[in-house]
Amino acid sequence: MAKFEPVLFARINKPDSTSLKSYMADGGYARIKDILSMAPADVTNIVKDAGLRGRGGAGFPCGLKWTFLPKDHPGPIYLCINADESEPGTFNNRILMEKDPHQLIEGIMIACHAIRSNSAYLYLRYEYGRSYRALDAAVKECYAAGLLGRNIKGTGFNLDIVLHRGAGAYICGEETGLIESLEGKRAWPRIKPPFPAIEGLFRKPTIVNNVETLCCVTHILYRGKEWFQSIGVPPDPNNPRDPGSYGPKLYCVSGHVNKPCCVELPLGVTARELVEEHAGGVWKGRKAKAIVPGGISMGFLCEKEFDTKLDFAGPGKVGCLGLGTAAVVVVDDQTSMVDVLFNCCRFMSHESCGQCTPCREGTAWMTKILTRIRVGQGRLEDLDLLMEVASSMGIIPGTTICGLSDGAAWPVKNAISKFRGDFEEYINSKRSTMTSAQQLMEVH
Amino acid sequence: MGVLSEELKNQIRDNFPKYPNKRAVVLPALHLVHDAMREVSTGAIVEIAELLELHPSEVHDTMSFYNFFKDEKHTLGKHRVWVCRSISCMLRGGEEVLEQVCNKFHIHPGQTSADGKVTLEFAECLGACEGAPCILVDDECHMDMDVESVSALIEKL
Repeated sequence: MAKFEPVLFARINKPDSTSLKSYMADGGYARIKDILSMAPADVTNIVKDAGLRGRGGAGFPCGLKWTFLPKDHPGPIYLCINADESEPGTFNNRILMEKDPHQLIEGIMIACHAIRSNSAYLYLRYEYGRSYRALDAAVKECYAAGLLGRNIKGTGFNLDIVLHRGAGAYICGEETGLIESLEGKRAWPRIKPPFPAIEGLFRKPTIVNNVETLCCVTHILYRGKEWFQSIGVPPDPNNPRDPGSYGPKLYCVSGHVNKPCCVELPLGVTARELVEEHAGGVWKGRKAKAIVPGGISMGFLCEKEFDTKLDFAGPGKVGCLGLGTAAVVVVDDQTSMVDVLFNCCRFMSHESCGQCTPCREGTAWMTKILTRIRVGQGRLEDLDLLMEVASSMGIIPGTTICGLSDGAAWPVKNAISKFRGDFEEYINSKRSTMTSAQQLMEVH
Repeated sequence: MGVLSEELKNQIRDNFPKYPNKRAVVLPALHLVHDAMREVSTGAIVEIAELLELHPSEVHDTMSFYNFFKDEKHTLGKHRVWVCRSISCMLRGGEEVLEQVCNKFHIHPGQTSADGKVTLEFAECLGACEGAPCILVDDECHMDMDVESVSALIEKL
């Protein structure tokens, strides 16, 4: 197989990669006039036929989502760009926005044309100051160059992009939480249906797409659906419901590796290949004990599962929740899973929006139980209790409005079923191995 | 005499054309006030509500959801330092980095140093895991921190 050449990341290491001039010198916006002159339904069909699946975590087919909008709606229709990237271990969208903002803006223009929207709101997490500055400058360049605003390039198409900064809340990455936050309210996810495509932002039809997804849209329109389908993993012929895992993907690798990185590869690389061939192997000559396949809410792979393909179907086959954000976090064999799981639970408890009782209480109690284990007062029954709590919360058991809760429960389920020995050993020792720095974390 | 200057009010009003209703300007308004005043006081909430044609309780309801905004009992210091404590940073020494900053300023997360220079907080994943452990100082992320480099960095604040 020929060496894969990055597409989404093709420009990120160039000098001045963020400027309009440099983007256009590399062929950016060269065909935007032609694309904006196509029928919107034709653009949607190309994206749909390419098999592009959302890169934000759920993997929902992007073009199909666009077709859920009501036909002949008088408008306005909105596009929300989900740039609230906050799943622990994930930073691919940050690099895309910091280093190549015009690639995203062109994708936004194409998507808005396809869904017949004239206003796009880019919801950016507050912590991404550099992304904000790069995007703000790029949007201003576009207005000055007639690429945003009214009658873009004489096509009659109008588009405004508003940058909207969040205020530090993980739940704003959930699409209806994002919408509520944009509307000036607390980011409590909405009960669905109605889905945003029917009633979303300001009660109007709305599409919410992830940053990387929209960057893929740009390349699908320029290179064609055949190009996109030449990369990645085709649908499983034995599973008629599998839409496949086509296209390039940005994999983030962090934690106990020699060279933490974000690397663009065809969907379907294995966790082991990522660690060994792209992240310089496990640090300090150690071995990996566990690997998070796609952000902490997806759970953990244990050693015998490291050859799992990280495509949309792979992690689910070994008991993980899914591919998630494809953020791989490596845990070495000197680290206790008790500490790792505590960190995951504490995060989820902090970030639960508090709207649904099973999630608000479940995440808090799981954190408390793990705290008790960590201070050396755990009981073996605590492990069953943790499993019981984890099994009772989320969309899957049907007790919560959004999926945060499933993502909070999954690392618990995976950790205890795949690494039970770590927990039993810690509990049986009746001792706490916490350092002073860990204790500092504990009280807050 | 109001809490918000006319200039600040105009900056808030500048956001109105971007949205179909004024309520959507709650977060932009809170950011503007918070940046300028290092807090959002009850008086400021009342004036934001007046500008946005909302009840003050609606503004407060939104504001209190986001731990980001501080009221007058928790006015921010000159600099805001966030230390990431999520998984990738924790695995590479983020907790030790936080402990170092605590010891340096003799404060716990959530507190402001006695000289008013630094408010220390922990952050959940800052999205800079390739440079873990990382910290955010005001609007700038600093990567690959350790006990020495974080000491040197905060020394300069």
